Amino acid sequence: MPMATTSRTEIAGHGARLTDPVRQSMLLTALYLAQERHGYLTPEAIEEVASRLDLPLGHVFSTATFYSLFRTQPSGRFVIQVCDGLSCYLRDGADKVADYIGGKLGIRPGETSADGRVTLERVQCLASCGTAPALRVNDALYENLTPTSLDALLERLGEN
Amino acid sequence: MWQPILTRNIHLPNSEKITTYFDHGGYQSVRKALTLAPDDVIDLVKRARLRGRGGAGFPTGLKWSFVPKGAGVTRYLAVNTDEGEPGTFKDRAIVERDPHQIIEGVIIAAYAIQAQRAFVYIRGEFFLGVKRWIKAIADAYQYGLLGKNILNSGFSLDISVHRGAGAYICGEETAMIESLEGKRGEPRLKPPYPVQAGLWGQPTVVQNVETLVNVPHIVLNGPEWYAAIGTEKSTGPKIFCVSGHVNRPGVYELPLGTPLRTIIDDYAGGVRHGHTIKAVIPGGVSTNLVLPAQLDVPMSFEGLEAIGTQLGTGGIVVMDDTTNMVEVARRTVAFFAHESCGSCVPCRLGGYRLLETLTRFTQHTATADDLQNLQWLVRGINGITFCPLGAGMANPVNALLHHFDGEFRAHMQVN
Repeated sequence: MPMATTSRTEIAGHGARLTDPVRQSMLLTALYLAQERHGYLTPEAIEEVASRLDLPLGHVFSTATFYSLFRTQPSGRFVIQVCDGLSCYLRDGADKVADYIGGKLGIRPGETSADGRVTLERVQCLASCGTAPALRVNDALYENLTPTSLDALLERLGEN
Repeated sequence: MWQPILTRNIHLPNSEKITTYFDHGGYQSVRKALTLAPDDVIDLVKRARLRGRGGAGFPTGLKWSFVPKGAGVTRYLAVNTDEGEPGTFKDRAIVERDPHQIIEGVIIAAYAIQAQRAFVYIRGEFFLGVKRWIKAIADAYQYGLLGKNILNSGFSLDISVHRGAGAYICGEETAMIESLEGKRGEPRLKPPYPVQAGLWGQPTVVQNVETLVNVPHIVLNGPEWYAAIGTEKSTGPKIFCVSGHVNRPGVYELPLGTPLRTIIDDYAGGVRHGHTIKAVIPGGVSTNLVLPAQLDVPMSFEGLEAIGTQLGTGGIVVMDDTTNMVEVARRTVAFFAHESCGSCVPCRLGGYRLLETLTRFTQHTATADDLQNLQWLVRGINGITFCPLGAGMANPVNALLHHFDGEFRAHMQVN
């Protein structure tokens, strides 16, 4: 079980210190680690987190599903998250960017491309309003999007 | 021409590094603060009349003075880096480009309230910010600015970083505390306020990033110097972030009280060519609109209150004459309805119904009943939700209905 190898050093590597008064405060960090391992929170990973932190399974599951960055379903290798914020909309983003990418890949938001490579999502504000429109691919943020930069981005994702 | 104070380092090469911060006078304020008594530091902040920059504008020094004193009390400081209200992107600039300025503020604040443990809570989406926070904290430890017996002062402080995981409500202080404790980010009933009973029931001061970066400057230059910036009731500099239909969107630091028109025209480059302003959101999407006739309003807490809106986070969103205000309403509600924690019915269900109804307007299938329902829903949400998120959703709709009634009617079904 991959989570079993999660060490104190790994949790500390995420910036958390293990001197917190209650071990439960490590829950979000532990869920992130589990998600990085598996790509999403598998039922087994959730069970493992619960047992490691000595928390009820229901608590771990309900916490995981409360937060939008945790996934309980598999996704594509690249997850494109298009900002749906007001500022992105005002600067010709949001709908237009999502439609453009969806059109190119033949998928709608919430769907994964047939080759399993890309999942397209629409998300709430990415705090990139000054550099709108914006989107995120996995850990990287792309701002001041134009059709040209979107084409270049999609091409790079196709090559990787 | 205003010389930036809080954002003066952010355009330097390698501005995030501790060595850059040292080279530009960094951590001198901590050295000074640690020679003062904790209560004297609180007094400086009180005399500077610093008000919180997260949105509510509560006097910072006063908040610190509420923290129970005495040995045997474990006190905590929680740093709010969970900025996420559409139109707001000021804290991200500091976290990513000048994290040591925040750490300096954290050390001074923690010393003032005698907390030996600080928690940084940062939006999970801020990947770069998380990295910068972790690296900056590690470097500060290495230079003896964190950990045991900081600069041989006898004061010790540990900081850790906790990533949020995509929930706007966690920017609300009690929801943030719940999340830090490893739970769903649902707000707590107040009172007790966090300064009395916060993290694990202990006194906890929750402070926004921008508020904290003001503190080193107050300590170093004195409260009189600080209070001379801005207005009588809104002292100091403010980081405004401007987005929407302007030529130069971005982050602009100016004294509180600077007229909105000056920020838009002189700094953000004015409205895009050939267009005029239809309305401006002054402080993040939950704040009421400023109309073209009100553009000379001073951007201060009291200036905006006088015209029925709020300074909020200072997130200015400019909308020109091409803007579809019904879509603005729908999009704003879509955000809050998505971000509702779901624990109280008026917000959870009211937001959903509000979104459904507004969607009928944008699809031109709304009826006269829907127009009445909008008003009814706004009244049914506003003021009766468990936390302010409900009002943040209902208020903008109320204002849009009031000022742009004709536009809503024009979007109704054509019989």
